Amino acid sequence: MKASLKAQEQRLAYLMLLPPLLIVAAVVIFPVVANFWISFKPVGLADLRTPTPSVREPGNLDPAAGTVEVRYRLANRSGKLVIGDVVLRDTLAPGLTAPADTGPCAVAEEDLTCRWDDWAPRYSERLTLVFAAQPAFFEAGIDLEESEPEMTGNAENPMLSGGFTLDNYRRVLAQRDFVQVLGVTVVYTVFGTLGALILGLFAALLLNQEFRGRTLLRGLFLFPYVSPVIAVAFTWVFFLDPFSGVLNALGIHYGITETPLNFLGTESLTIDLFGLEFGFPLALATVIAFEAWRYFPLAFLFILARLQALPSDLYEAASMDGATPLQKFRFITLPQLVGILSILFMLRFIWTFNKFDDIFLMTGGAAGTRTLTVNVYEQGFALLNLGAGAAAAVITFGMLAVFMVLYFIGMPKEEVS
Amino acid sequence: MGAAFSPAVLLASAIIGALAAVLGVSVWSLLATMVGGQDATLPLGTALLAGALQAVVFVQVEAATRRVGVAYAAGVALGCVAFLLHPGPPIGLADGAAAGWGYGGMVASFAITGLMVRGAFDGLNLVEFHRVEIETIIIRLLRGFGIAFFTLSVAFPFYVMVVTSLKNQAELIANPLDLGIDFTRGFLTLTSSYWQVLTEFNFARYIGVSTLVSVSTMMITLALAIPGAYAVARLRFPGRIVLSQSILLIYLFPAIVLVLPLYAVFSQLGLRNSLIGLLIVYPATTLPVALYMLQGYFRGLPAELEEAGIIDGCSRWGVIMRITLPLSLPALASVGLYVFMIAWNEFLFAFMFLDDPRIFTLSRGVVSLNSSEVPRQYLMAGAVIVTVPIMALFLWFERYLVTGLTAGGVKG
Repeated sequence: MKASLKAQEQRLAYLMLLPPLLIVAAVVIFPVVANFWISFKPVGLADLRTPTPSVREPGNLDPAAGTVEVRYRLANRSGKLVIGDVVLRDTLAPGLTAPADTGPCAVAEEDLTCRWDDWAPRYSERLTLVFAAQPAFFEAGIDLEESEPEMTGNAENPMLSGGFTLDNYRRVLAQRDFVQVLGVTVVYTVFGTLGALILGLFAALLLNQEFRGRTLLRGLFLFPYVSPVIAVAFTWVFFLDPFSGVLNALGIHYGITETPLNFLGTESLTIDLFGLEFGFPLALATVIAFEAWRYFPLAFLFILARLQALPSDLYEAASMDGATPLQKFRFITLPQLVGILSILFMLRFIWTFNKFDDIFLMTGGAAGTRTLTVNVYEQGFALLNLGAGAAAAVITFGMLAVFMVLYFIGMPKEEVS
Repeated sequence: MGAAFSPAVLLASAIIGALAAVLGVSVWSLLATMVGGQDATLPLGTALLAGALQAVVFVQVEAATRRVGVAYAAGVALGCVAFLLHPGPPIGLADGAAAGWGYGGMVASFAITGLMVRGAFDGLNLVEFHRVEIETIIIRLLRGFGIAFFTLSVAFPFYVMVVTSLKNQAELIANPLDLGIDFTRGFLTLTSSYWQVLTEFNFARYIGVSTLVSVSTMMITLALAIPGAYAVARLRFPGRIVLSQSILLIYLFPAIVLVLPLYAVFSQLGLRNSLIGLLIVYPATTLPVALYMLQGYFRGLPAELEEAGIIDGCSRWGVIMRITLPLSLPALASVGLYVFMIAWNEFLFAFMFLDDPRIFTLSRGVVSLNSSEVPRQYLMAGAVIVTVPIMALFLWFERYLVTGLTAGGVKG
């Protein structure tokens, strides 16, 4: 009896867990595995499309001869795969008489059906059919493009067919600026994380005291984090614009700069400091500043919660002993924040490493801001090479896996619960 | 007359006064330039001197008279007088309406400087001026500047966003520094960008699509997460510990790594350019946090209540529906709002998946406004439209959302 109740409970549990686990497996776990597969496949973005005829050309109406030319431009856009059993179906305008020779096509009433066996990769064909028509047809002014042609064909799935190749990895690793991409990723991740944490710590210390308007400020400080990335990123882009942006206008107005600075378009700004010239990665610094600005609220929220849980008797005792405010911070507050700070550092480090939207929206990866994640997009979608994009994604994921392992080794054990 | 203060006190007050005045005068000059549309200068050197003088006078008079009000007034007066020594009218504004910004602004900014100085010295023992006092002053100073810094740097971009959306092309080109709102133009002219964006750029429709997607995501996530979380919290089965500990691991996966295979597969299945596709992806990305939060909450509920329900003849589902869920309303609100916010703000999948302008979400719609052919004020109006609902929701339900943010702690 007891055993069967137990089994029943288990069954119920699995039943309840199945739907969420399935959807997570399909949308999160499967793609990660699929990336490995695709990264060894020679697939381009165009291979995803099934062959389609280009829009029917406007045909050629010749009322004098009483003929109507219907044209299709057909192509197998795939560069690698053969398409078999190609069928084109279309509805013809009423009132046309089919010619004797319709080539691969058959006309039954107003339905046009054309069949081919195999189309080689990159095969293309122009199909022209000349129909006869009565003068009334031309007077009616019929639009030949009215019906959408429909095209079907059997092709092997490019994801499943073809051999395996290492070309994708070669392409990504041999990329001229791959080392730079790695460097940019590290700098962006480290400084973005530190920036957000330090700002968050500072903001939390500011609001860890009762004063009027404190609740209001706490809400305000969360604004960058809760607003849609698209809105704040475009606002920053507009704000920093070299021509119509407020910041540059202010700089020039107060004589701080002579010429407008292209914050998001300058890879290296030459700075002359006491005769020492060095290049400053302005665009990268700007996206790092954005990252810190947008994500400090998260650190702020966690650190503030921790600060408010600190027992006040320690501070009272310290005051009795004559500790100064900075000493209290250094010897009481800071040691108790180490746990939350290190957890936040690990989490933000991984999330910043994963970040794509922010840089993509601000610079698109130009001007020395291309991180690994932006590189995935660049390879897969901008350069239309799905396989190389997947290879870049695998490399990104590999580095992330290393961080995760470090994360679980390094995470303070008492905070796990 | 003349309390004998140590040089340290005088130095400290001079420094505090100088910094406070720099802050006050900078804000004043920025406001005059950007809100008032004036051609204001920023004489920082004079501000430093005037502020230092003001603070020293304040401290001395306060010590001599023991009357804070008198000391404050004297300090402000002297600060103004000292500032007027700078050649020309205050921050270069003298004529007509500008004089208000000039002289009025000067009095206001030195009055505020005075308040800052007063606040910095409040309740401190100036006769015995030791490390504790110095550090207290430094901390108060940092606090003041910190609050000013954070408030300005957070609020300013949002202010720029709103103001730009209320301008027209000519105004934007004429003076990018003028961030005032000209209310005399009338409500309809002022908001003309919004009407354009809502009608011609179809944003009215996108609001509907975004609402549909976000609400559906919320419902699907809750519908899937409630039973799952209950199972993890209450039922015993092998793998339970592993599951409850590893569920959040999913959150460490980068979206860009997921998007590429999903793009390929969804394209082939015909799900890519559809809202169905989004409604498969969004719940999957929000489920881990929803599961994690809800199971934590369920676990905290007294199990005795549920056992009583079972004894009284309820089935498991009956217990969940009649006992667990009504008790979990706060947690459901947190999770629901959090999921809604993620779905509303989501950019990457909407951008990659949606090509058809009829089913754009707001985020995707804003991207389509980011073109050189579309005036900037439209883009900013679009940004305001996508931000306002989430802000309203956030301010309204801040308590719940903050719980959601800290428990999940994640938004990718």
